Amino acid sequence: MINNLNILLPEIFLSISIFFILMVGVFVNKSYNLVTNLSFLSLIILILIIFNNDNTSIKIFSESFVRDSYGNFIKILILLGSIFVLYSSQLFIKENNISKFEYPIIILLAILGMFFMVSSNDLILFYLGLELQSLALYILAAIDRDNTRSTEAGVKYFVLSALSSGLLLYGCSLLYGFTGSTNFEIINSQIDPDSTGSIFAMVFILVGLAFKVSAVPFHMWTPDVYEGSPTSVTSFFSVVPKVAGLAVIIRFMQTPFANILVEWQSIIIFISVASMILGAVAAIGQNNIKRLIAYSSIGHIGYALAGVATGTISGYKSSIVYITIYVVMNIGVFACIFLMKKDGKYTEEIKDLSGISKRHPLLAISFLIILFSLAGIPPLGGFFAKFYVFMSVIESEMYVLAIIGLLTTVISAFYYLRIIKIIYFDNLIKPLDQIKNINITGTIFLSCFILITFFLYPAALNSIVNLAFDY
Amino acid sequence: MIDIGLGHYLTLGAVIFSLGVIGIFLNRKNIIVILMSVELLLLAVNINLISFSIFSGDIVGQIFTMLILTVAAAEAAIGLAIIVVFYRNKGSIRVEDIHEMKG
Repeated sequence: MINNLNILLPEIFLSISIFFILMVGVFVNKSYNLVTNLSFLSLIILILIIFNNDNTSIKIFSESFVRDSYGNFIKILILLGSIFVLYSSQLFIKENNISKFEYPIIILLAILGMFFMVSSNDLILFYLGLELQSLALYILAAIDRDNTRSTEAGVKYFVLSALSSGLLLYGCSLLYGFTGSTNFEIINSQIDPDSTGSIFAMVFILVGLAFKVSAVPFHMWTPDVYEGSPTSVTSFFSVVPKVAGLAVIIRFMQTPFANILVEWQSIIIFISVASMILGAVAAIGQNNIKRLIAYSSIGHIGYALAGVATGTISGYKSSIVYITIYVVMNIGVFACIFLMKKDGKYTEEIKDLSGISKRHPLLAISFLIILFSLAGIPPLGGFFAKFYVFMSVIESEMYVLAIIGLLTTVISAFYYLRIIKIIYFDNLIKPLDQIKNINITGTIFLSCFILITFFLYPAALNSIVNLAFDY
Repeated sequence: MIDIGLGHYLTLGAVIFSLGVIGIFLNRKNIIVILMSVELLLLAVNINLISFSIFSGDIVGQIFTMLILTVAAAEAAIGLAIIVVFYRNKGSIRVEDIHEMKG
């Protein structure tokens, strides 16, 4: 029993620190700074705990919870992403009056939900983790409660996400009925590839998961929620839940649905192609940079799912590499957006960037590096991410998928280059405000540094991901 | 007398589930109706799980149902809270009034 608790140590530590920090927030006056610092502390301790965690695969609590190297890798990625998102958004949170002590606590709760989601080995635990994550995210979207747009984003996200949870749950109930168990391994051995019921259940579950990673055709909420919620929340939305969602999709392909992989694959291929095309085409006409990033993130999820669609271990690895580099790029791009402030007000219009290269050369060059990387231009990190995905797609002889992926990369390069053209070649209308904040500049510098130097030793990330899949 | 079997319960579940989905998509009036439709979805799932559980003699489905009931309560609470906040800003909870962002 005590051994079991040791295995669950990261989750137990996170739960206890949430309770503790919540109490601190309630009983101390003006506690935002204290609560944020405590949250950073607990996240960093959590990374150390997971590093020290043993990596052999063990299942506990009647095989409902699995601890393995894959889960540990994803958890560390989630933690690093959240730390940098929270770190770079401090100034924005304070200046926009959303510095309530609940903010970091809700983020911690969402992280706890994702932890249970990625290491679940049972439909019940999986559903509870997913709901803990979504409930926290509903509140996060509506956190700026005196702002019409933020609350509207909250309402939209709540309605559509509740619908998708319902669909997913219906799939879970059918799966339980047709296989007689909620355990992933038993489902895997009992599932009948020829029965319509199992295929139905699988489709329902996939719909729910596709919604969580905002893949087409379940992306409707993404642009509105990204635009409406405060930028600090958008930055969290675009990074952390996607990692968890993709990790769970890969886990589902490996355990419960390994025997109906062919049917599952054909749906993933469709979702991936649709996301890539919509992400490339719909972003072209956007004037709001957060909306543009929303469509771009739909496209990126399409590329990551292309790796998943191969159904091979090397494909999964390339997807995880892709999502890791995507996290770095998106944290960087949102840190740049935090610097877009004019006349004391934060702006989201792309035209406000016009000609800023003359006054803000450093911001312009960081935008250039990160957008080039998002477009996948060598030798930046984003190129390698796409390279690995398309390599594994071609290795499994899915040429159509690879061709569509390359074409949409070219189309999407258009709108990234359009921003760069506006920054460098348009006339300066009015410079942005000077913001000197070590949090934001440090994050941008780190992100650009990783993206530029990635080509020196790309095998580093690969070998880490190899370790993660070695269980 | 007809013998009521698993199929009947599953049909009931499917009908209630479809009513919930249709309620979310066809509703043009009020967000509260959407909230009720979401509850219908979860209830349909509960009917499914309980009937599977009874007919296969496995208790796990009923445990799952208890947990879903709890989650549904939490979800309704959060949904109502978000709707109250929205109402304070907008002065209305009609579905047509959710149109600030488009594109």
